[in-house]
Amino acid sequence: MVAIGTGLLRSGEVLAATWNKLAFTSTNVADAMKNANYGGAAESKDIQLKLPDIAENGASVPIEVTSHIPGTTSIAIFVEKNQNPLVADFELSNGAEPYINTFIKMSQTSQVRVAVKAGGKAYTQGKEVKVTIGGCGG
Amino acid sequence: MADEMKMRATMQGDVADVKVRMTHIMETGLRKDAKTDKFIPAHFIDQIVATLNGKTVLDAQWGVAIAKNPFIGFRIKGAKPGDKIAISAVDNLGTKYGGETTVVAAK
Repeated sequence: MVAIGTGLLRSGEVLAATWNKLAFTSTNVADAMKNANYGGAAESKDIQLKLPDIAENGASVPIEVTSHIPGTTSIAIFVEKNQNPLVADFELSNGAEPYINTFIKMSQTSQVRVAVKAGGKAYTQGKEVKVTIGGCGG
Repeated sequence: MADEMKMRATMQGDVADVKVRMTHIMETGLRKDAKTDKFIPAHFIDQIVATLNGKTVLDAQWGVAIAKNPFIGFRIKGAKPGDKIAISAVDNLGTKYGGETTVVAAK
């Protein structure tokens, strides 16, 4: 009752976490990574990214992430040149493999950066994707 | 509303491969309406949780840059045929979405 009274929480039982507005509204990738708790991430080749070299349509770019870093507990996706670089942050638990496959929007050619957390540390890997037609309508 | 979420979960070795497709506009708030020249308000799924037999396996937050009609693929180690996978999601306007499927053996 107390929580609902604040108006900040939704009544959804399992959707308990508060949306990280600070991270999702950050306008550069360094701030977005810091605000999503991936600040100071070390480059790691153990994060495998499957992304096209060229995306004809930025409205729907396939991305597949596999982390080979033991103990990976979360995966976040950033598009450096989007107005708000943070795309999504996935927390994994109870047997979920460190793997995510989805489709993202890219406003223009950009570095796509993935960050993961493992053992309390952050790691990152990036790949440039050339976009022929932008997908954020901006 | 029955077709708002399509799900499939298939065993691959000892891992369940889960694929989910939702129907949602995923409006960024950055597009202008050509007629009114006003920005079309953002409308996007911002949180999504997946459970295996009631236990959370995936807890995600999304921004506006997940593509329209979101697709998500993930894998759960230790799942078995017959296990229940459920998805619940909510968008920034508070609308809730849900779906459930049963893990099936590999073909």
